Amino acid sequence: MSELLVPFAYDYMLKAMWVSALVGGVCAFLSAYLMLKGWSLMGDALAHSIVPGVAAAHLLKLPYAVGAFLAGLLAALGMALVRSRSKLREDAVIGIVFTAFFAAGMLMASLNPTSVNIQSIALGNILGISDGDARQVVVIAAISLLILAASWKDLMLVFFDEAHARAAGLRPELLNVLFFTVLSAMSVAALQTVGALLVIALVVTPGATAYLLTDRFPRLLAISIVLGVVTSFLGAYLSFFLDGATGGVIVVLQTLVFLAAFVLAPKHGLLAQRRLAAARDAGPPDPAARPDGEVPQGFVPRETGP
Amino acid sequence: MLSVEGITVTYPSGTTALRDVTFDLDAGSICGLVGINGSGKSTLFKAIMGFVAPRSGTIRIAGLPVPTALRQGLVAYVPQSEEVDWNFPVLVEDVVMMGRYGHMGFLRRPSALDRAKVDAALARVGLADLRHRQIGELSGGQKKRAFLARAIAQEGRLILLDEPFTGVDVKTEAAIVELLGELRAEGRLMLVSTHNLGSVPDFCDRVVLILRTVLAAGPTAETFTQANLQRAFGGTLRHFRLEGASLHDDADARGLSVLTDDERPLVFYGDRASLAEAPPQTSDAAPADAPAAGEKP
Repeated sequence: MSELLVPFAYDYMLKAMWVSALVGGVCAFLSAYLMLKGWSLMGDALAHSIVPGVAAAHLLKLPYAVGAFLAGLLAALGMALVRSRSKLREDAVIGIVFTAFFAAGMLMASLNPTSVNIQSIALGNILGISDGDARQVVVIAAISLLILAASWKDLMLVFFDEAHARAAGLRPELLNVLFFTVLSAMSVAALQTVGALLVIALVVTPGATAYLLTDRFPRLLAISIVLGVVTSFLGAYLSFFLDGATGGVIVVLQTLVFLAAFVLAPKHGLLAQRRLAAARDAGPPDPAARPDGEVPQGFVPRETGP
Repeated sequence: MLSVEGITVTYPSGTTALRDVTFDLDAGSICGLVGINGSGKSTLFKAIMGFVAPRSGTIRIAGLPVPTALRQGLVAYVPQSEEVDWNFPVLVEDVVMMGRYGHMGFLRRPSALDRAKVDAALARVGLADLRHRQIGELSGGQKKRAFLARAIAQEGRLILLDEPFTGVDVKTEAAIVELLGELRAEGRLMLVSTHNLGSVPDFCDRVVLILRTVLAAGPTAETFTQANLQRAFGGTLRHFRLEGASLHDDADARGLSVLTDDERPLVFYGDRASLAEAPPQTSDAAPADAPAAGEKP
């Protein structure tokens, strides 16, 4: 029993667990929005694009958050520029810009192997995070959390229906910019926890899991955040015993929860869908024959959509 | 109520979507905004919603510039079905509650009044029983009514409806038309973009015909004429005309014209528009120029 408490005896483990939980929670907050818009890959692109910024910050002995943020901003501007000046589709533009940035970061790191640790950028190193870096992460995450807590309903409105958001007196462009600023800031923070390669999981998986479990946005948000906090805390804790990369453990945990929801979710899960389909086959033969609007019980169009 | 004066909208790509558009609409009216796809209907909506800024000209809503009117929640919008993400995790009542956001404070906490308005709006469109459904689970007509309920809850004075009858069955269309009539009686102004010609004389008291600019605007009876429609739609309409010997045995000079673009046909008998009783698909079967001797209406 006491063996299980060992991680709590080490300061670095305590720090890793709490910082991971905070970052995981705020990233999960963002994930609830990101996956609804089909912007999931933007998160991936941002996380990869900030790598050269981190590398440059290490070389120039600047706070890494500054370099990362500048690189992220540059990448976003680059994508906007290529997109407005060419007829390329969005995915191609994202693909070109973020790999270019990532490659530049790799190159900078490989040319200066002593000052930049490429492995800690790509895979994260929360167990070995310095106090200064940890403080940066906590400040970024706390400010992001405050912004999101104050504007979560406005953001939901903008994500659901921009035209109506405008009619309700909101400023959609401003809120979109705010959202992406918070997203880039959190990518920077998550880079420290799980590494550039796995940031995408933190900003997609919890939201996607919650999406399978509820039809109401506030609940989706709550489930997503709880998942993010618990899996990140637990992942950091377990990585002590497994002696494995923290990021890997966190993301594997999140994926396991997702798979469980995918199969077992009460309404949108695989088994529930199968039960419904069976019930529908046994039920009234022609649902279209019902009077206007009577949607047959258990009809779940979500699954039939593209 | 809505005054559009000489607006010209040019997109960054250089195409001018609207040129010198001018019209005026009073409160307590339903106005059809009629034109082909690409005629600038949606651009005009975007301009009224403040999404695009006109290069020249002004738009005033209840005497206010667009941003001020929007901040006061005067403009409500009922989107086209294709614009809505039906998989979004919101219930019907959540969507209607969104209409109240402009009335709420900084943290958007609904008050008792907000809840009462949502209940009333849901009851009014007949969706009270379905309020806990996820929006994607509604039928086409119910979806439209849910967004109409949102506009009612918002208490907008100007309601913009974008192609509200697309993908909606005849019964629901009638229900929506009836509801629009009630809203008109309350003194609201509805601007309805549509290319469904047949239903326009049915419920619109005014019409604005556009093709990059305003071709004609005014009361339906004077404006919604065959000559104007042919200018607005050019060669894109099916046009069937029956007259003379193929229509009458006597000396009646009136001819019968059927105009349709696949939706409900618009029928002119003489110069007067009337409603086609026949379902749309039979219009295609109507002989265009064959002498339909025995088939008198």
